[in-house]
Amino acid sequence: MSDSTDEVRSYTVRLELVDEPGELLRALEPIANNGGNLLSIFHERGNVTPRGHIPVEVDLEATPERFDGIVDALRDAGINVIQAGAEQYSEALTIILTGHLVNTDLSDTLSRIHESTDATVTDLSLSAPGGTDDASSARIRLATEEGAVDEAMRSIRTVADEKGLHVIEPLAAGGDA
Amino acid sequence: MRLAVIGAGAVGSAVVELASDHGHSVTAFADSSSAVIDSAGIDTAAVLDRKRTDGIVGSDAPEDALSAEYDVLVEATPTTLGDAEPGFSHVQAALERDRHAVLANKGPVAERYADVRSLEHESEGSVLFEATVGGAMPILSTIDDFDPSHITAVRGVLNGTANFILSRMATEGLDYEHVLAEAQDLGVAEADPTFDVDGTDAALKGVIIANVLSDDETEYTLDDAEVEGIQEISGSALELARADGRTVRLIAEVVEGSVRVGPRLVPDNAPLAVSGTRNIAQLETEHAGQLNISGRGAGGPETASAVLADIGRL
Repeated sequence: MSDSTDEVRSYTVRLELVDEPGELLRALEPIANNGGNLLSIFHERGNVTPRGHIPVEVDLEATPERFDGIVDALRDAGINVIQAGAEQYSEALTIILTGHLVNTDLSDTLSRIHESTDATVTDLSLSAPGGTDDASSARIRLATEEGAVDEAMRSIRTVADEKGLHVIEPLAAGGDA
Repeated sequence: MRLAVIGAGAVGSAVVELASDHGHSVTAFADSSSAVIDSAGIDTAAVLDRKRTDGIVGSDAPEDALSAEYDVLVEATPTTLGDAEPGFSHVQAALERDRHAVLANKGPVAERYADVRSLEHESEGSVLFEATVGGAMPILSTIDDFDPSHITAVRGVLNGTANFILSRMATEGLDYEHVLAEAQDLGVAEADPTFDVDGTDAALKGVIIANVLSDDETEYTLDDAEVEGIQEISGSALELARADGRTVRLIAEVVEGSVRVGPRLVPDNAPLAVSGTRNIAQLETEHAGQLNISGRGAGGPETASAVLADIGRL
């Protein structure tokens, strides 16, 4: 067996940072502390994600084993890792939630979906024609890892059930309608 | 073939009306309170007239139709859940006499599929039930032609009332209650539309498909289906879908032994996004990709056409 896990390889990590002083340094520390060799940092200051975060692309060198540790450490530090190496959030998923979205804390709903599924909310449209105290609808686009759509849907259903919300799901994977 | 038609609603009456056109005679015809029996063939026009004017089909007792002379019993009484009676007993009576049974009633094959199949196994007669799923559309016979083992999934819009409501809501920007009232005025929705809008009707059809696809003798009933209706769909949800090039349809999905019915987001221009009362079934085949069957999923003559097609297959 070849001992390829010791081989140093280069990786690109895409992060989303909160626009606050010190965030970039906080994101780089877990890389250095876990044996990663920083090659370049591309800080897209003018480009803001729909959630108001700033995308940062980091090139680094590490062994595969250390690289896994770096990604774990970044996530432990609460840093949003959008893409790490080949593992890309590549499946888009659109759902509509209906019900008392505002009264049941929409932002909590979204963060719980995010936490329990590893899915990233990439777009959100809210329609509340009867005002925020009435039932409303939200269209949410999520990005998940390839093959993780079913798992993401299960988590979304659980969160929606708890809050008495209705989910309009897309057709199941494989059903391109 | 000589037919005994049990049930004199829209479907049963249409079978009686169209039977001679297909080379069959009707030797018995029963509604819930009366029957007309004639081994030489009943006068279908006169009987249907009597049903319209007097509300009964004849002067015999309804149960006498079961023991009349016939080759095929057509079960077209209203669908009932649970023990699926009295439809189930009608099918049983025919099979025990080694006669064929053709069903338009979903109850026996959705709720007691294994019982029906074991009665058929003991009988010289066969059971066919194309009319129970998707009205005039040849869904079950297509599955049979391909062989169930070559069908990996079936998805479809299998309830015209729910589809009419959703497509009207989407195109007119109206709310659920408003469109439902309109559908009732038009006769598209019944006075009690519960089974159509809460997904039960579509789920029964999904369960029947699951029973047909089941390759390991697993039996499905309504209890095995995960069902959600369209009552909670709001105009604002449809608007959000439309802004994204999508729409919402009540989709029944049968995949790998699971039956799910619920509102789903589908692309605006997808085959599944049929409008009005139209139905569609999409078969995922093992070797031939997707196969779409679309058409009228309900109605007397439409459903009777499927019944008569089954009789032709016997």
